[in-house]
Amino acid sequence: MALNLRELSKRAEGLAPGHRACAGCGFPMIIRLLLATAPEPVVVVNATGCLEVVSTIYPYSAWPVPWLHNAFENAAATASGVEAAARALQARGRLARRPKVVAIGGDGGTYDIGLQSLSGAAERGHDFLYICYNNEGYMNTGIQRSSATPQGARTTTSPAGAVLPGKVQPRKDLTEIMAAHRMPYVAQASISHWGDLAKKLRRALTTSGPTFINVLTPCQPGWDYPPDQLVEIARLAVETRYWPLYEVEDGARYRLTYIPREPLPVRAWLERQGRFKHLLADEARVAELQAWVDDNWARLTSRAAASGERVS
Amino acid sequence: MSVLAPTRRLGLTGNDAVALAWKQINPDVVAAYPITPSTQVVEKFSQYVADGVVQTQFVPVESEHSALSACVGAAACGARVMTATSSQGLALMHEILYIAAGLRLPIVMAVANRALSAPINIHGDHSDAMGSRDSGWLQLYAKDVQDAYDLTILAVRVAERARLPVMVGLDGFTLSHSLEVVDVYGDDAVRAFVGPGPDDHYHFLDSPEPITIGPLALPDSYMDFRRALAEAVARSAEIIAREAAAFREHFGRSLPVFVEPVAMEAARAAVVLMGSYAGVVEEAVLRWREAGRAVGLVRPVVFRPFPAEALRAALAGVEHVVVMERADTLSTLGGPLGVELRAALYGAVRRPVVTDVIFGLGGRELREEDLEQVGRLVEEAPGGVRYLGTGDGV
Ligand SMILES: Cc1ncc(C[n+]2csc(CCOP(=O)(O)OP(=O)(O)O)c2C)c(N)n1
Repeated sequence: MALNLRELSKRAEGLAPGHRACAGCGFPMIIRLLLATAPEPVVVVNATGCLEVVSTIYPYSAWPVPWLHNAFENAAATASGVEAAARALQARGRLARRPKVVAIGGDGGTYDIGLQSLSGAAERGHDFLYICYNNEGYMNTGIQRSSATPQGARTTTSPAGAVLPGKVQPRKDLTEIMAAHRMPYVAQASISHWGDLAKKLRRALTTSGPTFINVLTPCQPGWDYPPDQLVEIARLAVETRYWPLYEVEDGARYRLTYIPREPLPVRAWLERQGRFKHLLADEARVAELQAWVDDNWARLTSRAAASGERVS
Repeated sequence: MSVLAPTRRLGLTGNDAVALAWKQINPDVVAAYPITPSTQVVEKFSQYVADGVVQTQFVPVESEHSALSACVGAAACGARVMTATSSQGLALMHEILYIAAGLRLPIVMAVANRALSAPINIHGDHSDAMGSRDSGWLQLYAKDVQDAYDLTILAVRVAERARLPVMVGLDGFTLSHSLEVVDVYGDDAVRAFVGPGPDDHYHFLDSPEPITIGPLALPDSYMDFRRALAEAVARSAEIIAREAAAFREHFGRSLPVFVEPVAMEAARAAVVLMGSYAGVVEEAVLRWREAGRAVGLVRPVVFRPFPAEALRAALAGVEHVVVMERADTLSTLGGPLGVELRAALYGAVRRPVVTDVIFGLGGRELREEDLEQVGRLVEEAPGGVRYLGTGDGV
């Protein structure tokens, strides 16, 4: 099946209508695209967080595929067990066809509390795709900072005050941490670039062994923007090079999958969100963030160039 | 009797016996992380995997939390699943214990019982599993290595028929590492007894109607699930009794169910004790009997579901009970067994005086003079809580 809109739209609607995600939430797009691009049956393991909460309030479920929630930090370990069971049951003739296992967690359940189990599962080489839907905070518990929260952003546990400017530390680079596991396929994507995301999902789903995709997905109450600007906000993260779109094979071959033709200053992304409002008057802090973005981009392009890729 | 292959007598440690039972059961998935004194279960079993004598998918996870998480994932798929742990490992699994039970997954876990930190101590007591007692897991406690082997096999059928996870406790070192002679059944006999695997109500991985497991339940439904779990635990008593009878029928060996009474005929006092020290105390009790003292022993084999009825029946004619246990609740009311036993006896027609004796924490030995002290407590019936073997300096 081709990955164009005409073909994808022929697939049955993935997530059932009637889930309870906020207006202006990005992750339903990831799920719909995942279920539309999956070439074979998938079984989904979901970490605790907004996605789990909005899609499975008993006795309802928005999931048209087998779906399992265990706890917050163990989606990858649970997926390891599902994958092992599928192998065992297939070997014993109790399962005709082994589905592809997909684990999904928010940035909290992935960057922070779930990192150990994700790292363990990746090291053991389980055949599964892990998707981090990254809204840069613990949104389900009321917008607390995570290690994916960008420097300067205001959250309920990194509030801006008289002496602190919001979150003090820059975000953790989880995509690089996962690439360092030398997994066969690691990618960074954004809900704004659906074609790029669809290709990456397809690629990850058809690669055997552990694969990982980190998808930036804005959170309306957490980032504070008008709901209809969801996709635009995500696009600005990419166009400002705050969130580069790229992929890494075997931890070594880097490829930028989208290069902003005329990159915008990071301020263009910051000023559209309430969580940075306190920061905008502080030129020095904005410049600091811009320097971080530029440095990150330079490191990435040099890796891509070293892999023989076009970088501009 | 349908014993398919002759029984062999082997010298085995408790851990070896559990690993051997696992080998004979040949589960679909084992996920585990090593911790003393349960480590050899996983070591032995991974050798079976390496040798290709089992077809199990072995998942050597990076922590106990992930071990039980992987077991939950695998069991949710309808696989037969096992793990083993002790002490801090069981404590690290604590969060997932409740999930495994709440999702009604028939996981079987060997717990080589060990003390909890701090201070760190690798030796035996029951503090670890007692900390899991409200999680919805059934708990069985072995007296000897034979028991550890038999109860592991029994646990598979109990778990799958009750649709509840089961822990089999074997005392750290005194059972996990002691060599004993064990009657081992043939592989075919074990496989015939446990059958091909959980009798799936649903096929999670390939159902035409996909299901959602582990959703969010709001106050309008959560409590109904929890009540259903409580009822399942209550109903499991019947299942345990029935499966133990099937075990006797199949292997020709009787397993004591709920409690094992020793020398309780016309007893006016009794010691209640779980686990490996039952053998030592049994000898003392028999000596006291010979000396003309009407003392017996009651050994609970099952701790969850709590065998209240069996204990009331076994202790019906008794005026004084000394509970000997290797865990504390730190509630000032004594150990968990004593607290629950007193609760169970509250409605009895004649309530015996209960003295709770905590002993053997962190592997502290039970000495001859400690047994004499127990003998005095049996006689004097002081009630209350005692700490045995600590002198009066602690
Ligand atoms: C062990 C544990 N600690 C804390 C929580 C509370 N908790 C539930 S969801 C969540 C945050 C989830 O954040 P994230 O993974 O980023 O997903 P999001 O809510 O943004 O969708 C927290 C802290 C929990 N469920 N379990």
